[in-house]
Amino acid sequence: MSTAMLIPLATGNRALTIGLFLAVVAVTLYITFWASRHSKTATDYYAGGRSFSGFQNGLAVSGDYMSAASFLGISGAIALYGYDGFLYSIGFLVAWLVALLLIAELLRNSGRYTMADQLAYRMRQTPVRSAAATSTIVVSIFYLLAQMVGAGALVGLLLGVTSAALKNIVIVLVGVLMIIYVTFGGMKGTTWVQIVKAVMLMVGTVLITFLVLVQFGFNFSELLGTAAEKSGKGAAFLQPGQLYGKDLVGKFDFLSLGLALVLGTAGLPHILIRFYTTPTAQAARKSVLWAIGLIGSFYLMTLVLGFGAAALVPTGPGSQIQTSAGNAASPLLAQAVGGGEGTLGGAILLAVISAVAFATILAVVAGLTLTSASSVAHDLYANVIKKGQASEKSELIVVRIAAFGIGAVAILLAIPAQRLNIAFLVALAFAVAASANLPALLYNLFWKRFNTMGAIFSIYGGLIMAVLLVTFSPVVSGTPTSLFPNANFDWFPLRNPGLISIPFGFLCGIVGTLISKETHSAERYDELTVRALTGAGAEKAVVH
Amino acid sequence: MADRSSPVYESGEADRLPVHDHEVYNAIAQESDFIELRRRYGIFAFPATIAFMAWYILYVVCNNWARDFMNIEVLPNINIALVWGLLQFVSTFAIAYFYARHARKSLDPLATKLTDEFERETGR
Repeated sequence: MSTAMLIPLATGNRALTIGLFLAVVAVTLYITFWASRHSKTATDYYAGGRSFSGFQNGLAVSGDYMSAASFLGISGAIALYGYDGFLYSIGFLVAWLVALLLIAELLRNSGRYTMADQLAYRMRQTPVRSAAATSTIVVSIFYLLAQMVGAGALVGLLLGVTSAALKNIVIVLVGVLMIIYVTFGGMKGTTWVQIVKAVMLMVGTVLITFLVLVQFGFNFSELLGTAAEKSGKGAAFLQPGQLYGKDLVGKFDFLSLGLALVLGTAGLPHILIRFYTTPTAQAARKSVLWAIGLIGSFYLMTLVLGFGAAALVPTGPGSQIQTSAGNAASPLLAQAVGGGEGTLGGAILLAVISAVAFATILAVVAGLTLTSASSVAHDLYANVIKKGQASEKSELIVVRIAAFGIGAVAILLAIPAQRLNIAFLVALAFAVAASANLPALLYNLFWKRFNTMGAIFSIYGGLIMAVLLVTFSPVVSGTPTSLFPNANFDWFPLRNPGLISIPFGFLCGIVGTLISKETHSAERYDELTVRALTGAGAEKAVVH
Repeated sequence: MADRSSPVYESGEADRLPVHDHEVYNAIAQESDFIELRRRYGIFAFPATIAFMAWYILYVVCNNWARDFMNIEVLPNINIALVWGLLQFVSTFAIAYFYARHARKSLDPLATKLTDEFERETGR
């Protein structure tokens, strides 16, 4: 997605679109206030009482994961770049196997509310929690900024708002809504908002996919052929190379992106804490299986949406899909298969898909704000500052203040951040998650010798390396599309740091571990492994 | 056994547990059922991880450096690149299915047995 000049869609149907947006807001606020009446304890607030079934949490995980960047961005990239646009979704899906095989169940059994709970289990609390909280907040804020900048651009696009002031108002409104969800609804409210969003997203996507396939008599080959022909690029549109790997640096950049995508997911704190909302590790496993099924089906459908848009909607220079950097592809396709511009069917489908996109944004920002606020309250306040002596009541007050503060900071940062490329912010979040969080999580679970120094080294090492490499990459300076186009400090050629920063994070963990003489963490390894693999002594669901 | 009076380790989740719990955990870790559970977990999870990572990285590498091969059409408008991309979906679904089956049949019964034992020993 980009915040380039946007030609607004659907100026004539604004009333219908706004009506559906307000319905989404009303439903989600109702859920929030219902949840606030049913949340009493810290476990309710942080982990939704651990009472969600595998299927419910699977929907919520999907709702948390499939951001507007997936929904509008990937179908848009396919519409513009053909086959290469599809590559993002493959990395995003395969990544779930890391979560399924190595992380989800073990984390559910050995953690409590935050990622740091798991990492600090057998370590010195203060330094490891501080490190894990830092990386949780950094990853979540990058991701949150991406979503909020996207929200401004998208709602602008979907409602036909072009003025910068109105876009800022949209960002503020989205920010206020997410603060309300998180402050009052906690994990329970946020989870239900994500479930509603996931259902809306799947129903909307199935509907449009079906209508596209009807037009081509369910002949996928014919759909591809028409898309290739209409794109003006012919067979090349269906082959690798339209977007990635145009030269040698580009090829390594794509490899780097691929690694970050596949290894980042299982290190995203807002995904990790979702596994705490189920009563058992078996339910956590079921939720990942549902998520793989839902996310996989969704990405298969984006293939139809993307090529469908290329076949049925103009994508050439000056078209709305071009000027919106692809984000308008799904909404415009919905309008086209509903009967076209000016028809009732087209207007209704366009409004429905716009509302789905809006719900998508709200659900994802709520999950991210909750994750950051939980880490501030549970890791920094209760465990680092109060050394575990904070009362549950004070922790629940702090988490709400933190949600408010993070929401406010996100709003203030998102307004100037509108110049930033959203795909870059998302890719950076994945790269930091893969470089800083994943090595620490894997070592903690599978390497007995791993210790406090190793955890600190891998988290800060991966985090700092990823951020440094991006700072000195063409993303920040040296090219016309850079953040600072007139400066030149782009000595690192790759846009994505993963190829270097992920191995570096793993290496730091080894070095830190070996230079430390701590033995305590190894003594606790057996305990952690028994707990992680069997669930003995794991946190239980709240019974109301 | 942890030295609970050590000022460095205060306040962690694990440090809130009674000393007896640590003893029970360490005893379970030595049991043959647990060693078997750990073996059964590892025998699936690690080879499967190496396999899907290699399969995925090979696909990414071929997108970069084997384009002539990727561009071969196997059906009208459907080339090897697209088929391989769809096979990544198939392999992901398949590994997820087989892991779930393995976990249900081979891991869950042992885990439940050991958890019951832990709860009996600690009186929870």
